[in-house]
Amino acid sequence: MEFIVVQFLTGLASAASLFLVASGLSIIFGVTRIVNFAHGAFYMLGAYVAYTLTERFEGFFGFWGGIVAAALVVAAVGALLEIVLLRRIYRAPELFQLLATFGVTLMVQDLVVMIWGPEDLVGPRAPGLRGAVDILGLAVPTYDLFLIVLGPLVLGGLWILFHRTRWGVLVRAATQDRDMVAALGVNQTWLFTSVFALGIFLAGLGGALQIPRNAVTHLMDLSIIVEVFVVVVIGGLGSVLGAFIAAVLVSELNAFGILIFPKISIVLVFLVMACVLIVRPWGLLGRPEGPARQPAGLSIRPWQPMSQNQRLVMLAVVVAAGFAPFVTGDYALTVLAEIAVFALFAASLHFLMTVGGLASFGHAAYFGLGAYGAAFATTMFGMPMIGSLLLGPLLGVAGAILFGWFCVRLSGVYFAMLTLAFAQIAWSVAFQWVEVTGGDNGILGVWPASWAASPAAFYWLALAVSVAGIVALRVLVFSPFGYALRATRDSALRSEAIGIDRSRVQWAAFVIAGTFAGIAGALFAFLKGSVFPDNLAIPMSVDGLVMVLLGGIETVSGAVVGAIVYKALAIWLVSQTDLSKLVLGAIIVLLVVAFPKGIVGFAEDLLARRRAKADDGGAAARTTPAKAPAKAPAATSGSGAAPIAAPKMEAAR
Amino acid sequence: MRTRLRKSVAFAALAIVAATGVARAQGEIKIGEINSYSALPAFTEPYRKGWQLAIEEINAKGGVDGKKLVVISKDDAGKPAEAVTAANELVSREGVALITGTFFSHIGLAVADFAKQKQVFFMAAEPLTDAITWSKGNDYTFRLRPSNYMQAAMLAEEAAKLPAKRWATVAPNYEYGQSAVAVFKELLSKARPDIEWVDEQWPPQGKIDAGAVAQALLASKPEAILNVTFGADLVKFVREGNTRGLFKDRSVVSFLTGEPEYLDPLKDETPKGWIVTGYPWYDIKTPEHDAFLKAYQAKFNDYPRLGSIVGYGTMKAVAAVLAKAGSTETDKLVAAAKGVEVDTPFGKIVFRATDHQSTLGAYVGKTDVRDGKGVMVDSVYRDGANYLPSEEDVKRLRPQG
Repeated sequence: MEFIVVQFLTGLASAASLFLVASGLSIIFGVTRIVNFAHGAFYMLGAYVAYTLTERFEGFFGFWGGIVAAALVVAAVGALLEIVLLRRIYRAPELFQLLATFGVTLMVQDLVVMIWGPEDLVGPRAPGLRGAVDILGLAVPTYDLFLIVLGPLVLGGLWILFHRTRWGVLVRAATQDRDMVAALGVNQTWLFTSVFALGIFLAGLGGALQIPRNAVTHLMDLSIIVEVFVVVVIGGLGSVLGAFIAAVLVSELNAFGILIFPKISIVLVFLVMACVLIVRPWGLLGRPEGPARQPAGLSIRPWQPMSQNQRLVMLAVVVAAGFAPFVTGDYALTVLAEIAVFALFAASLHFLMTVGGLASFGHAAYFGLGAYGAAFATTMFGMPMIGSLLLGPLLGVAGAILFGWFCVRLSGVYFAMLTLAFAQIAWSVAFQWVEVTGGDNGILGVWPASWAASPAAFYWLALAVSVAGIVALRVLVFSPFGYALRATRDSALRSEAIGIDRSRVQWAAFVIAGTFAGIAGALFAFLKGSVFPDNLAIPMSVDGLVMVLLGGIETVSGAVVGAIVYKALAIWLVSQTDLSKLVLGAIIVLLVVAFPKGIVGFAEDLLARRRAKADDGGAAARTTPAKAPAKAPAATSGSGAAPIAAPKMEAAR
Repeated sequence: MRTRLRKSVAFAALAIVAATGVARAQGEIKIGEINSYSALPAFTEPYRKGWQLAIEEINAKGGVDGKKLVVISKDDAGKPAEAVTAANELVSREGVALITGTFFSHIGLAVADFAKQKQVFFMAAEPLTDAITWSKGNDYTFRLRPSNYMQAAMLAEEAAKLPAKRWATVAPNYEYGQSAVAVFKELLSKARPDIEWVDEQWPPQGKIDAGAVAQALLASKPEAILNVTFGADLVKFVREGNTRGLFKDRSVVSFLTGEPEYLDPLKDETPKGWIVTGYPWYDIKTPEHDAFLKAYQAKFNDYPRLGSIVGYGTMKAVAAVLAKAGSTETDKLVAAAKGVEVDTPFGKIVFRATDHQSTLGAYVGKTDVRDGKGVMVDSVYRDGANYLPSEEDVKRLRPQG
């Protein structure tokens, strides 16, 4: 009995730490709709700054003053980031801000090591709260009790802020309908900045308060970011109280779960999230979002299949790529093969995200399952390579069929987070089921058959499969199925009204994307010769997202370019410098600012503008029939030409 | 079409990069080195300093057979797939004679398998897993650092002397923690059949919920605890354990905790009296170590960590293998490495011919606090040779053929 009480208190203390960070994330997302990947980085910065301040200024005031000052410093950095970087890209497509914050996270990881050194830092204990209190005969750290009290205090403070101040009312209004708030003349710019700063303040405070019980390391951000996201989603996006309840739920389940299943911690939060989202698709206290007001961006320039000339250019490029083995060395060929594999992986995710409008945060699951499938076929059943390449992806397909069925009932960020949960569950199975998967030591010896063993042969194989896959995906985009899928993306209500079975179409798209990811994964297994749980872990999913966003989310095949640029850069930088994360992060941030529609999106804009200019120039000089004959031969009159010209003018703006 | 245009530009760029790496200098031997420099700088920085010192010393004495050793070092970003890419670059583009390095067990295994596939000599530096020399061992792979099994055997020997009968374990939930606990349990139960295992905790690596874990361990009322957590997890566990009185009147046996990398951050919160493996550089008074310590401090103005010893020993071992082989051909390197003797700061070590494991040992001692810093006291060097299964037993552990 005593033990249960004390363990419950321990769980509450963990919940308080988690809640502080999660509440900030929830507020930021609720108002700005930014998926702030850098939240963990600010949490880490808070801990580092607090370490420096509390080491410098000792004593009661030195410590507590240092904690608060650290949170303020970090909030100021956050506000600066919002003003300098995020403001420039609010108009970019949804999720693009994720790319920017991801770049910032990469940079911060290297920067803290440069500033504070690589070693773990252990800060001082809190003055006055060093020891333990005797509760029912068991020692409970006083600092835990402090956290237990602080959690509800912060919750109450936020409630008062949101319900008793004008600023709070605006924040709540913006959370509910930010377009309407803007229409009513509220200065959104500063509202967003202040909300962002408040959220970052809470993250920094959460980090700073960790120093009496944690070590400050450059890995802190990764250890918390996913967990707080999960907490926010379980609670319901934008709901601070929901985040609090979710933090308590997760922490208590963990505190008592480890007594029965000591290995449960590794997957617990994701299991909870999956269960909650299946039962309550908007989290515990979240509310269904109204139908999104579609930005006009997508409809301005409708996608078109390639023209004959474009197809010929493509063919020439592929043939040229096929000649690579005659001009480069073995190493370059293995790199190119890897790029080809990732181009297919990114294209599969792109299909789901862009054509289906379903952003997946866990696409690596199907890539990894494909890789494991190929490894099982090779090592357990002694299949030849071709057999493994054909059968391996089936595991990815099976995973996509199963997980997809649950996921397509959700939408938006909830959909994304459920895919993440399933990916993490698949990862933990690969990680824990040592007898079958080899655990984290993976499966070795998955090397290509002798005919494909040479780097040139494997490169040709990878190129052929990748090109075939990308072409197939493009064909699907312009097939009736592709149009149906786009209809469900653009308007769920209207598409259902004309008889499209939304969930079935989306499920099929999910399985298609999973299939091609699985094929890429199987190729990857043979490229590397081994398979590890890393292959279906979060960083792999994030890599996929980055490739898609970098290429351009509103394009038909931008992900291919994104994959080539990102993967080539990453491989080259890792080979050249230990600071690859800093440089890569900086490049991503620069690309985000320079190309808010992605690289291909930018190129298409440029092209369209040039074409429109050419058209404008021509329109002044030419008579109307000059352009029209092809479409409406002899019957064209002056009045008939006007409607044809009008949409073109629209496109020019 | 933009997409493909860019692709061809990327091809051209890569082709140029590839062409420039071909030229090979005369009178030098290229050594490829891979480690998790960006992912784990706290461990790999001292390691890098260690091998840099060794290379400097070897080249100052004229290198190997009159050829200077040149190390081409690559980062693996903490990912096995990146490590394989780096190994590929080193072997196919840089034309290195052999590869060495790696920290994480799974990365070590991935590179070892690459070495087997491409028939390249691989000297694994730091990975601890037993699999790399035993169940997944191959002809081309050798390992310097005392393995998981060896460290477990050293600690189990000490643990058997304790009166404690009720034992609980806490270890990170991945292969290293799992096999450390399994071997320790097996060896200790063999020595002391009267021992009872009352609880085991498996926090995820890097994400320990230390309060809950400490409280759960307390509830099982153990007389002794085996700890395998390290790094930030260890700090959290020690802090919670200290405050909650978990370590009071209990024996604790702990893997790696005496290594400066893990002990130094704990400062005055270092728990006293834990039985640990580690590296008390401040208390080792052998001529080999003195010479190393002086040279290291003179060059870097810093004290060595265990990683420094591993890095230094790795390059010394590589040089010894190259010297004995008198060639850079893989077959000759493999033949030479079997039974090669290497001088390290811990004394002379041998790479066993059967399982390719070096006999490098570790110091076993107790933790204490001296001037507000964590230290190891009563340390004794345990020669790795005494803590390995016999060569006949090992033969059965390795894949045949």
